[in-house]
Amino acid sequence: MAGLRAFFAFWYDFVVGDDWRVAVAVVIALAITYGLSRTSIPAWWAIPVAVAGFLPYSLWRVTRQPR
Amino acid sequence: MKGGALFIAVFLACAVEAVEATTIVLAAGTAHKSWRSALLGAGAGLGVLAVVVAVLGPAVTAVPLRGIRVVVGGLLLIFGLQWLRKAILRASGHKALHDEAQIFQDELAAAAASDAERRGVVNDWYAFTLSFKGVVLEGIEVVFIALTFGSNQHDVPLAALAAVAAVVVVAIAGFAVRAPLSRVPENTMKFVVGVMLTSFGMFWGGEGAGARWPGSDSALPAIVAAVAIFGVALTAALRRNVGLTASAQ
Repeated sequence: MAGLRAFFAFWYDFVVGDDWRVAVAVVIALAITYGLSRTSIPAWWAIPVAVAGFLPYSLWRVTRQPR
Repeated sequence: MKGGALFIAVFLACAVEAVEATTIVLAAGTAHKSWRSALLGAGAGLGVLAVVVAVLGPAVTAVPLRGIRVVVGGLLLIFGLQWLRKAILRASGHKALHDEAQIFQDELAAAAASDAERRGVVNDWYAFTLSFKGVVLEGIEVVFIALTFGSNQHDVPLAALAAVAAVVVVAIAGFAVRAPLSRVPENTMKFVVGVMLTSFGMFWGGEGAGARWPGSDSALPAIVAAVAIFGVALTAALRRNVGLTASAQ
């Protein structure tokens, strides 16, 4: 059981890393892109906007914490 | 252009991971002068990685391109943002720089404090397992990057060549100097790799989800440039923040 937990903890840390919010933002941005691609509205901008918004937000969360 | 970018991205990412694995193997071999055990551990680790590539490689290339691009692009983007985030925090002074010399000393002290226990054909079990784990854990990232880039570009052999070239160059350099490769500009390389992984992840993830990039394939260099400029700007802003905090104290 401990081995299984360690296995999943390794893969979680490997893929998701320190800030799960970034991973969630990427998944939401991909979903929005897919949704927009089914309409006549251009879809390419959703991912750059997500990166431009969430990368500074994630950095800000780290840097505001007392070291 | 894409082939060159693929080679550079995979080579740099693999070189960074190979430098970290080499530091661990060197520490494992140096502590009790157990070079045979450390190299056996490294060889066993490479064997495990070869099996992973042999199993996953054909499976990844068999999946339809669009299915690959949305999943792999999304994973690369998450993975790349992790690298870029850490690189920006290091470059701006909010996180300690990656120091191979210090890591080598820490690993060396831990290995020296352990007993050189013999198990089967392995003279020093600690050196063997330390090397094995170091190679497998750092190598998994290499395998992930090489397979995702290779499958998306339909050029797994070029990605594999870049990965093997990086590992060979770093291993030769490491064992030639018998010391951690602390002169390699690892932090800068990690920043560049973070930019490349994030950019390719954005491009492939977007395409896989159905987006059409303005200018099609020629959008990729523009994305790389934009992400690099954005990363440098964020680093400068956070560095200024550190300076303001320090002067206020």
